[in-house]
Amino acid sequence: MKIKLIDIAHGRSGDKGDAANVGIIAYDDAGYDIIKKHLTTERVKEHFKGICFGIIERYELPNLRALNFILNNTLGGGGTVSLKHDAQGKTLAAALLRMEIEV
Amino acid sequence: MKEKIKIASGQGFWGDLIEAPFWQVTEGAIDYLVMDYLAEVTMSILQKQKLKNPDLGYAKDLPVLIERILPICLAKKIKVITNGGGVNPYSCAKSIVETAKKNGISNFKVAVVSGDNILDDLDSIIEAGCNLNNMETGEPIIEHKEKLLSANVYFGAAPIVEALNSGADIVITGRTTDTGLTLAPMIYEFGWSMDDYDKMSAGTVAGHILECGAQSTGGNYLGNWKSVENFSRIGFPIAEAFPNGDVIITKHENLGGLVNIETVSEQLLYEIGNPAEYITPDCVADFSSIRLEELGNNRIRVFDVKGKIETPFYKVSCSYSSGYSSVGTLTYSWPEALSKARAADKILRERLSNLDLKFDEIRTEFVGYNSCHGPLSKEIDEDNINEIMLRIAVRSDDYKSVERFGREIAPLILTGPPSVTGFAGGRPRPSEVVAYWPALIPKELVTPKVEILGL
Repeated sequence: MKIKLIDIAHGRSGDKGDAANVGIIAYDDAGYDIIKKHLTTERVKEHFKGICFGIIERYELPNLRALNFILNNTLGGGGTVSLKHDAQGKTLAAALLRMEIEV
Repeated sequence: MKEKIKIASGQGFWGDLIEAPFWQVTEGAIDYLVMDYLAEVTMSILQKQKLKNPDLGYAKDLPVLIERILPICLAKKIKVITNGGGVNPYSCAKSIVETAKKNGISNFKVAVVSGDNILDDLDSIIEAGCNLNNMETGEPIIEHKEKLLSANVYFGAAPIVEALNSGADIVITGRTTDTGLTLAPMIYEFGWSMDDYDKMSAGTVAGHILECGAQSTGGNYLGNWKSVENFSRIGFPIAEAFPNGDVIITKHENLGGLVNIETVSEQLLYEIGNPAEYITPDCVADFSSIRLEELGNNRIRVFDVKGKIETPFYKVSCSYSSGYSSVGTLTYSWPEALSKARAADKILRERLSNLDLKFDEIRTEFVGYNSCHGPLSKEIDEDNINEIMLRIAVRSDDYKSVERFGREIAPLILTGPPSVTGFAGGRPRPSEVVAYWPALIPKELVTPKVEILGL
């Protein structure tokens, strides 16, 4: 069965220099099991092809049913240098929630 | 010792909702109003203002706000703590005191926290063996020294606690951490030892929840955002802090917004790196230890926060001048809006390359199609696209190239694809690019200064 990530999780993203941080939070424990299993660094790297050009770091926060991703080399030089419309990566959490997962 | 104190956030950044701090002091009882004004870019803007006029360099709307709320704060015994002093906290405090005097108010104390501005001390710092290497690239700062616009150390809660101990009603600081503004009153009121790292971390976590204003009370909430009531009068967050380190995050009852586990969790994840090591000058907080409990009625209990000893460094934020940039936009309507915008982009790029110009980067985005999610954007049938805004941005060390780019946008209206509009604002002008340089400095090389301004 295919599920949409946006149906089981929400999140928030922002900038840390040229890196973006994308926090994804599951609405319940079952959702956390799914994102923990399926949102691997490889899968997220593949998803952000053409957007993230660096290494992806992944951290688990079971206490918040959340994962935190650091997308290095993503914001076109970061905050003030970046020419991107979304120079601070504010919409990247929504971009990750576009993902569909086979469960 | 008080059994509990209420710390209210009034601003999440310089430019935030102007009415928010007024609502915080009028719509319910609070003990402290904390306001974060500073981002990395802000410091360089303020430094430039100070160069033009040595009496400026702080958030100019802060004295205006204080004038409005001071009588209320004094009557209700609300203390104000803010880093809106920027690169000139002393002049900011002086302006506040003078305005109050003019209005016949003199029964209050303003404290100034400074010493964070190290722009004039770089030589002695480098001499002492600290090269202020860029935390991301490892490069020493010396090569960029001439181009530096600002250099500030992030102080923590300690100097603010000292200011409160001196009896200050208002504390105006330079660059202090956003979290320190909230942690300081807890240390001061509850007599916490600064070696109690779990307590330091509890206050730091509360500070992180408060530091972006309404982002923890329903603003920018990516969950069920439609369930947020009364956005127009959104309540900013309030931390009810207890001596054991427990904190309840809430808002004034009669204001809008939403405080639940989801809105608070989103803010906890905002702009963090490794959650187990959230580094501040006061402690290293472990965000993976935080526990949240829904209490109902827009109240979330935050507890069990763990942390460890702080690092021997302060973070330094420097900014330096790094060329120029410019952004041009034009809007194309149906039919074939996207095709027209793409054609215009191609024409513009050809014209630019026929001129002898130098650009480090030219970036094209199509607003209404892919400017947010890039390659992840869904393909759309062009007949269903009503309009597209072409957005082209350039960056270069060469001012003349960026200036000439600005002259090439308007001609596209009469010399390119049809049904184009949206050129009312005039030629896009080059703006100076200010780049950011993060570094570390051993704590013993800088000393915060706390002074009480005489009335």
